[in-house]
Amino acid sequence: MYKVLRREKIVPNIHLLVIESDAIHQNAQAGEFVVVRADEKGERIPLNLVDWDEKSVSMVFMEIGTSTRKLAALTAGDEIATLVGPLGKPTEMVQGKRILCLGGCYGIGALSPVIRAYKEHGNTVITAIEARSAFLLYWQEKLKKYSDEFYEITRDGTQGLQGHVNDFANEYLRTNQVDLVYAQGCTYLTYLTSETTRHRGIKTIVGLNPIMVDATGMCGVCRVIVGGETKFGCVDGPEFDGHQVDWENLLARRKIYLSDEVYSLSFFECETYG
Amino acid sequence: MANKIEPKKTPMRERSPQVRVKDFNEVPYGYNDEEAIREAKRCLQCKRPTCVQGCPVEIDIPGFIEFIAQGDFTSAIKRLKEKNILPAVCGRVCPQEDQCEKVCVLAKKFEPVAIGRLERFAADWEAAQGESPIPQLPESTGKRVAVIGAGPGGLTVAGDLSRFGHAITIFEALHKPGGVLVYGIPEFRLPKKIIYGEVDYLVRCGVELKLDFVIGKTATIDQLFEEFDAVYIGTGAGLPWFMNIPGENLNGVYSANEYLTRANLMKAYLFPEYDTPIVRGKKVAVIGGGNVAMDCARTALRLGADEVRIVYRRSRKEMPAREEEIHHGEQEGIIFEFLTLPVKYLSNEYSWVKSMECLRMKLGEPDASGRRRPVPIEGSNYITEVDTVVCAIGQSPNPLIPQTTPDLKIGKWGNIEVDEKTGKTSKKGCWAGGDVVRGGATVILAMGDARVAARSMHEYLTTAVW
Ligand SMILES: Cc1cc2nc3c(=O)[nH]c(=O)nc-3n(C[C@H](O)[C@H](O)[C@H](O)COP(=O)(O)OP(=O)(O)OC[C@H]3O[C@@H](n4cnc5c(N)ncnc54)[C@H](O)[C@@H]3O)c2cc1C
Ligand SMILES: Cc1cc2nc3c(=O)[nH]c(=O)nc-3n(C[C@H](O)[C@H](O)[C@H](O)COP(=O)(O)OP(=O)(O)OC[C@H]3O[C@@H](n4cnc5c(N)ncnc54)[C@H](O)[C@@H]3O)c2cc1C
Ligand code: SF4
Ligand code: SF4
Ligand code: FES
Repeated sequence: MYKVLRREKIVPNIHLLVIESDAIHQNAQAGEFVVVRADEKGERIPLNLVDWDEKSVSMVFMEIGTSTRKLAALTAGDEIATLVGPLGKPTEMVQGKRILCLGGCYGIGALSPVIRAYKEHGNTVITAIEARSAFLLYWQEKLKKYSDEFYEITRDGTQGLQGHVNDFANEYLRTNQVDLVYAQGCTYLTYLTSETTRHRGIKTIVGLNPIMVDATGMCGVCRVIVGGETKFGCVDGPEFDGHQVDWENLLARRKIYLSDEVYSLSFFECETYG
Repeated sequence: MANKIEPKKTPMRERSPQVRVKDFNEVPYGYNDEEAIREAKRCLQCKRPTCVQGCPVEIDIPGFIEFIAQGDFTSAIKRLKEKNILPAVCGRVCPQEDQCEKVCVLAKKFEPVAIGRLERFAADWEAAQGESPIPQLPESTGKRVAVIGAGPGGLTVAGDLSRFGHAITIFEALHKPGGVLVYGIPEFRLPKKIIYGEVDYLVRCGVELKLDFVIGKTATIDQLFEEFDAVYIGTGAGLPWFMNIPGENLNGVYSANEYLTRANLMKAYLFPEYDTPIVRGKKVAVIGGGNVAMDCARTALRLGADEVRIVYRRSRKEMPAREEEIHHGEQEGIIFEFLTLPVKYLSNEYSWVKSMECLRMKLGEPDASGRRRPVPIEGSNYITEVDTVVCAIGQSPNPLIPQTTPDLKIGKWGNIEVDEKTGKTSKKGCWAGGDVVRGGATVILAMGDARVAARSMHEYLTTAVW
């Protein structure tokens, strides 16, 4: 069992989770993730690492279905059944490049260790984060620390530029030179970003989120087609070249358990709230 | 003498196929005391027992059987455990018909002694007596050993070395110990509580178990050497193979590992009480002909499929699955489609598999394995409807450890190369055995490897000679 040190709502539906761990920090790198399981009956789900030290690891998660609901109900002192990591390949580091980093929903949190690492490796970091509305943006101060330029985007225009990250990217890339684009968040965001940069030929790394179970390369549920080849998201990824990803297949595979997830959630709510 | 021998094994009672396919409870009941004694009395107590040579860990078979015949079950289990720390497991899943029982002298004329069933009986009898007492623990040697993987191999090394007084820590990637015994082999064939009981015993004997710890990620082998004097790698063969045919990434197409892990480790058959879902297909095809394929097919039935077919490219004779499993599968209504090879999966408009295209095969010349090679019959393609496919065509070792341990010599299939007599790898202080060395093999071979390595490790720990 692993002790919860902190769980707090950052903005509606998005939470910070800090869990006690003395093992994960020693090899953890930006771009890697952990697998958590809320309780004995819980599912194993992957969450990006956003921070780590000798005593703990932190994740930012979005409340969607049963597993994330269970996590959202935790308070300091509670315990979760599984915490394992770091998993996946770390973000490939480059030096002296101009990198445009885009994030939305939980990807705003997941972006933070990556831009920090990019910055520490002597890159110029341009960060842009997106949310539906101003009240859903978070961690601006934290991200600005590692960003040479910083932009906010809201779909309703209540803060910063109005639109999607890809609208912003389109605009930005028209007038600015960029060597690399990095995107983190829901599949829609990473997909749109890849489509926006494709015709410009700017290499685009995206953090993917295929369904996972063991996350050690044992089951193969996380397979994604990259450059025509089947890869295992958990050990070959989760970051891939967005221009090589078979998005149609990824989007379809993420829906395998859709009806089960809805059923599971209604079962959970019924059990919990009567 | 010979005419007094009962020619057949004492039958083992089992649940009827119609009832058992509706749940995940164990299929055979096991012998009761009288049945066990009756069967034990069939053993001739050979002076030079051939059966022992058939057992990879050389259990004193006539010895433990004689105790059962005398009704002294305590001594029987003690004798078994001298050589095998998991008798309840081996009694159930060993391919006895190819090992100890195959070479039992009785097998020349009659059915062999039911060695596996007797082994299982003794182990279950012991478990029914409650928690077994901890043996006197030896004085600590001050040496520390890291065991990677809590499968049957890793557990055996831990058991053997802790008896010498070395301090053992097992590192396991998953959240439960047991390896394939827990994530792969289904409850109806091997109840999980048996393995948890054995692991619990090891822990009570002082073995430390670190779950949720992936070697190669959480810590590398070189990092382990900062704290430990020796390392055993028993990480199994967990990387699933696919056939690389069109449509294999459609929804509804599983690897055996995913299918079984969801069902066993994650208890998806109890969804939604347990959170992990699994597709409950109605027309299921399982590709392959080994134990893994049989387990998947029988799991699919229990998840409520109307029709489950095993699709195998050779004929029944070449099926590597144990006879008992094939027999149980047949009783339960599994359809066998031999000499058939899938070549393509077809999709409906939602990217779900809806059918598969197969080729008929015929058997040609024997290949390297001595089995006749299946060759496709030109133009025999046909399409059959399916809504779930489970690919059970084999697996190889996971590359996480090889990738992060540069001085470990790796073979062509990703397997770790070892010296057969000692289990030593190319890396000083590092041993390996079981499926990570052999590719998919058997429980008892993994345990046999572990025993060989433990002996060599103990020698190294006491003499420091590599
Ligand atoms: C490498 C990786 C890193 C991720 N990092 C984060 C993160 O930092 N923060 C965050 O909020 N989310 C992250 N996710 C997504 C997160 O794992 C899912 O949102 C979570 O599993 C949903 O579980 P649920 O039970 O609450 O929702 P469900 O109702 O079960 O599912 C909602 C959606 O989540 C996806 N999903 C369901 N089960 C799994 C599973 N076992 N593994 C992966 N996806 C699944 C499905 O596509 C589904 O449509 C990451 C996913 C991956 C693969
Ligand atoms: C479905 C199925 C049915 C089978 N049926 C039979 C049968 O009837 N009879 C029989 O004799 N054999 C059977 N086998 C084969 C048998 O189970 C294996 O040969 C045996 O379990 C191998 O034991 P092992 O200790 O080498 O590895 P495993 O049992 O594979 O255990 C390896 C363990 O190491 C862990 N691990 C892997 N990598 C790491 C890492 N990097 N860090 C930490 N931990 C790690 C894994 O999670 C796993 O728990 C079957 C196999 C399967 C899959
Ligand atoms: S361990 Fe296996 S091979 Fe050895 S006696 Fe028991 S059943 Fe036979
Ligand atoms: S060979 Fe058969 S009959 Fe002889 S001792 Fe072994 S089990 Fe008994
Ligand atoms: S999650 Fe099982 S192989 Fe990637």
